[in-house]
Amino acid sequence: MSALISVRGLSRIFDVSKPWLNRVIERREKAFLTAISDVSFEVEDKSVYALVGESGSGKSTVGKIIVGLLGPSKGTVEIDGVNLATEARRSEVERVRAEVQMIFQDPFASLNPRWRVRDIVNEPMAARGGDTEGLAERLLEQVGLSADDADKFPHEFSGGQRQRICIARALASQPRVIVCDEPTSALDVSVQAQVLNLMSDLREELGLTYVFISHDLTVVQHMADRIGVLYLGRLVEEAPRDTLFAAPKHPYTRMLFEAAPKMDGFGREVDPPKGEIPDPINPPPGCAYHPRCPLAEARCKEEPPEMRRLGETRVACHLAE
Amino acid sequence: MTTPVLSVRDLVVEIPTRRGILRPVDRVSFDIAGGEILGVVGESGAGKSMTGNAVIGLLDPPARISSGEVLLSGDPIHNIGRERLRRLRGKRMGMIFQDPLTSLNPLLTVGDQLTETILEHLDVSQTEARKRAVAALEEVGIPAAAARINSYPHEFSGGMRQRVVIALALCAEPDLVIADEPTTALDVSVQAQIVALLKRLCRERGVAVMLITHDMGVIAEAADRVAVMYAGRLAEIGPVRQVITDAHHPYTSGLMASTPLASSGRERLRQIPGSMPRLESLPSGCAFHPRCERAAPKCRQDPYPRVEECDGRVACWYPLAGAEVAEASE
Repeated sequence: MSALISVRGLSRIFDVSKPWLNRVIERREKAFLTAISDVSFEVEDKSVYALVGESGSGKSTVGKIIVGLLGPSKGTVEIDGVNLATEARRSEVERVRAEVQMIFQDPFASLNPRWRVRDIVNEPMAARGGDTEGLAERLLEQVGLSADDADKFPHEFSGGQRQRICIARALASQPRVIVCDEPTSALDVSVQAQVLNLMSDLREELGLTYVFISHDLTVVQHMADRIGVLYLGRLVEEAPRDTLFAAPKHPYTRMLFEAAPKMDGFGREVDPPKGEIPDPINPPPGCAYHPRCPLAEARCKEEPPEMRRLGETRVACHLAE
Repeated sequence: MTTPVLSVRDLVVEIPTRRGILRPVDRVSFDIAGGEILGVVGESGAGKSMTGNAVIGLLDPPARISSGEVLLSGDPIHNIGRERLRRLRGKRMGMIFQDPLTSLNPLLTVGDQLTETILEHLDVSQTEARKRAVAALEEVGIPAAAARINSYPHEFSGGMRQRVVIALALCAEPDLVIADEPTTALDVSVQAQIVALLKRLCRERGVAVMLITHDMGVIAEAADRVAVMYAGRLAEIGPVRQVITDAHHPYTSGLMASTPLASSGRERLRQIPGSMPRLESLPSGCAFHPRCERAAPKCRQDPYPRVEECDGRVACWYPLAGAEVAEASE
C-alpha cells in the first residue's frame, strides 16, 4: 500500500496581532498563534485516517491545509505525489484539486440558501467545465435522496438530508480523497448513524480515502483505520485504530479515553482530568501537555519530546514505553 | 413515602400558530426526588428543553402550559403569578444553560452577579453575601476564588465559566436544578470535570437535578433514572441501567443501537430510517410508528400509547421484552 497523502513537518502560524495603531498606543508586541506545529503523517490509499483532539488542537487547520483552503507556513502536503503549494504544472494542480473534496461540520452553513440543490451538487463539476447533464440526479440517488430533490432549495431539507447533499456535492468531481471535518457533530444520533453508514458504503463502492476529523472518540473508533491524536497543534500519538484503543501510550490519549463518557459506565466515578487546554498563543515550554500530565518530570518542562516509533505506534512523549 | 422535590403531572405545552396548535410537550409526567439525577434524553425537537423551561416558568410566549401540574415539594408552581415565580427561581430552583457565555452578564463581575442573587433571595448582609459568593466559587472548584471574584466572565475559560454558572445556580441553595445541555459546548476533558462536579453537588446537598442532554454516555454516567422523549411525548422512563441495557421501547433500542460503541468495531450501525416528524405534521397514533419496524394497525390509531396506560415504564403497545431485544440485536 502506498501513501496517497503525505504530510511532512507541517506548521501553520496565524498573526493574531491587534491593528498597528493599537500596538503602538498599548505598546504591545505582535502576537502569533501556532495552530499546528511540525505535524507529519501519511494516509494510505483507500483508508480512513482520523484526526482527534479537543478544540484548539489544530485538527481543522490540518484539514483545511490538505484541501488547500489554507497555505502552510512551513512543511509540505503531497497528494498523489503533487505538492499543491509549489507545483508549477497547471494540469497537475487541476487534476489533484478535483481529487480532493471536503465535507464541513455545519450543513446549515455550508449550502448556499439561494441555490437549487442541482446547482449546488453540480458546482464542482461545472467549475471545471465538465459535463453536468443528469449528474446531480444520479448523485442524489446515490446518497439516498431522490432525483426530484434536485429542484428544491436547501431549506426544504433536514440536517441529515443536508449533510447528504454535501456528500453528493463532494462526490461530483469524482474525488479520491474527502476531508470530513466533524461531519456528524451537528446531527442527532439516529441521523448520525445513517450518515456514517452512507459514508462507509460510499467508501467501499468508490474506493475513497477519508481524512476524518472529529472530537468524538466513539465515532472515530467506528470509522478509522489509523488515528492521529493532536494536542495544542502537535501530533502526540499516532497508531492503527486497534493498537491505539488497546494500548494508548501518550498520557494525553489515556486521559481522553478515560474522560470520554461511556454508555456502560453506570455511576462511574472518574477522577476528572486536571486543568484545561493552555493558551495556544503562549504554549507551555517543553512538552505542551506537561502542566496537566500526572507523569511529568523535570525534562518534560524543558525539552519538547521528539516523535518516536514504538512498535506500530508513533508517540511524542519522553516517558512512553 | 416522602414528597418528591419535583413532580410533573400530565404537563402539556401548547404553541398556537396560524396553522393550528402545536404541542411540543404532550402529557408528560415524572418525579424527581432529592439527591436524584433524572436524565432527559431525546433528539433535537423532542421537547426536552421545552419541558425544562416549562417547569421553571421560562416559556417564551406564545408557548404556554395549557394543562397539567408542576409541583415543587408538593406546592403547585405552574399557575402562580410571574412575580411569585420569579422569587422562586434562583431560590428554590436553579437553571444551568448550555452556553455559559450567554447566561452570564458580560458587564458585571462574577462576584457582583453572585452577590446580587444571594442578596435577592437570602436575608443576609452585603459582607456575608460576598463571603458566601467566594465560598460558592470555591465549592465549584475555581482556584484562587477570593481573587477571581472580581473578574469579568470573559476572563474565564469555557469550563471555568460553566463552573461560575453552576455556582450561580446553586448559591441560594435551591432544591431543584435544571441543567440544559450543561456540557455540550465543552471539550471531553472539561465535560468530565463538570459532570463529576454536578454529581458531587447533587449528592452532598441533596439537590434534585433534571439533566437534559442528547449524550447517552453522559446520562449513563451521571443519571439515576432516565426519561426518553420523542416528538414531545415520553417514550420510556426508568432506572438508567435498565433503560440502557434493556430498552423496552423500539425507539430507545434503536437509539442505543445507532450509537457507535467501543465494542461494535467496524460493523454497520443499526439505523432508524427517516427522522423525527415535525410537530405540525405528527402522524396519528404513536408518533414513532412510521419509523418502527414493529408497527401494527393499533399503533396507527389514536389514542397514542402512554407510559401510564402501558406498564408504567414504556409508552408502546408492543414493547420489546428482554429476549426479543437480544434477538433483534443479533
